[in-house]
Amino acid sequence: MYKEIRLAGSGGQGLITAGVILAEAAIAGGHEAVQTQSYGPEARGGASRADVIISDEDILYPKARKFDIFLALTQEAYDKFRADLAPGGLLIIDGDLVDPAGDLDAKSVHITATVRKNFGDRMPPNVMALGVLQGLMPLVSERKLLETIKGRVPPKTVDKNVKAFKLGVKLGKALIDQPAAPSNEADL
Amino acid sequence: MKKKNGQLLQGNEAVVEGALYAGCSFYAGYPITPSTEIAEVLSIKLPERGGTFIQMEDEIASIGACLGASLAGAKSMTATSGPGFSLMQELIGYGVISEIPMVLVNVMRFGPSTGLPTSPSQGDVMQARWGTHGDHPIIVLTADSVPETFEMTVKAFNFSEKYRIPVILLLDEVVGHMREKIVLPAEGEVKVVDRLKPEMPPEWYAPYADTNTGVPPMAAFGDGYRHHVTGLVHDAQGFPTAKPEEVISGMDRLFSKISRGFSEVCLTEELYCEDAKTIILSYGSAARSARDAVETLRADGEKVGLLKLKTLWPFPKAALEKYANSVETIIVAEMNRGQIYREVWRVARGRWQVGKALAPYGNMLTPEMILDVARKVTK
Repeated sequence: MYKEIRLAGSGGQGLITAGVILAEAAIAGGHEAVQTQSYGPEARGGASRADVIISDEDILYPKARKFDIFLALTQEAYDKFRADLAPGGLLIIDGDLVDPAGDLDAKSVHITATVRKNFGDRMPPNVMALGVLQGLMPLVSERKLLETIKGRVPPKTVDKNVKAFKLGVKLGKALIDQPAAPSNEADL
Repeated sequence: MKKKNGQLLQGNEAVVEGALYAGCSFYAGYPITPSTEIAEVLSIKLPERGGTFIQMEDEIASIGACLGASLAGAKSMTATSGPGFSLMQELIGYGVISEIPMVLVNVMRFGPSTGLPTSPSQGDVMQARWGTHGDHPIIVLTADSVPETFEMTVKAFNFSEKYRIPVILLLDEVVGHMREKIVLPAEGEVKVVDRLKPEMPPEWYAPYADTNTGVPPMAAFGDGYRHHVTGLVHDAQGFPTAKPEEVISGMDRLFSKISRGFSEVCLTEELYCEDAKTIILSYGSAARSARDAVETLRADGEKVGLLKLKTLWPFPKAALEKYANSVETIIVAEMNRGQIYREVWRVARGRWQVGKALAPYGNMLTPEMILDVARKVTK
């Protein structure tokens, strides 16, 4: 296995934690993994991104260059990095926050809205996003991911996060059978 | 959380684990990105182990507290980044001339001044060598991965204790913040060195006398060995002197105690260098890209090797000179405007060409940037 993953959005969405969880679960699953990050000086707002590379061999250059998986949780992140998605790569966007302007590859999920509706405004979308990814393309076992989530999120939020993850998996799986976003031809 | 497959740790967390493994019991610092996690984690772990963690009012006080704690017998460490490293320079010299062991971690960020607070750079290489004033020896180590950060942190403590000198661990933002797999060694698996203590009666103790290694034993304050510590040039008893013969012997010993240890202190790693016509020399996170580029070029059939520096100062000259008769070009890959490049050029003395692949704008050096330079040389 060799996968390059970029999780990009803004500060406060918990994307670095999501990257850490993914990398830690991959290592628990016996793979090599490297996680790097880039963020501005702000605690909330400002561009933020986490890269994870999962491999069965030594990982040298630690940043993602051609993403096998790209999660975009802001328009800015989508616009900036869309071109670096590998051909055939998996693109997940938050349908309420990103307008993919007819991008047929985009798997659109209302991640933030669903999290807010079910768990309130203070819950970040990161763990549900991991669930969506798991539903669409499992990289490590669901059990390992759940164990890691329990160890990495604040203790008081474990139950909520486990539920959010499972809901994400369901949303992700539902997208697999769905045909790609309707093409413009249908409107003609 | 220990796991059989190893665990995910950040470079800065590996510094903490390495320091604790080496026996660090005192940390004084002033947090600054990208080194903050070192202070954050030690503020929890040191008190748990009976050690001392102090958040100081600034970086000058931080290094001062570490030197004081070391004089009292504790293995001590501070961590900072560019702006704080600048403030610490004067007392590095005090530690060198007073022969006080301590470890100073500088997780480099882009400068000068406050620069680009979260962007990577390797711009402090020459500052680490010459930041404090006056002729002086120094040991500066670096690392390119989380496991190597652990290894070099332990070595930094070992060298500082053995040679009685502050050791600088020069990391970059990528390595400090990167998380990857590490299997932490069990107790006793990696060698830990403690400073030599005096065994003679206190009245015979000369804290700065020459010995067969050039490193005098070090009594801790409170051990009953009264001695004087000063930043002035001093005699064997530690009292200020300007007598030429005492200045000469004292200052020469300060340098020779390190130069006698060059073979142990100057650490490098080599890959495919034996038959290489081109060697890419790199260190820190840039060395990961360099190895990636070397593997690509080897797969293309090019005779290219990698020379990775784990010690930056004293400069590991011998590792380069070994290939003086076989190598045609050494390309230096680093994230600054050519600080080690100049050093390689100095050592070359015309025996090989010197090229450079640089990333001086706050971005990580990529394998492609190195390949662009290397392919022009190998074609």
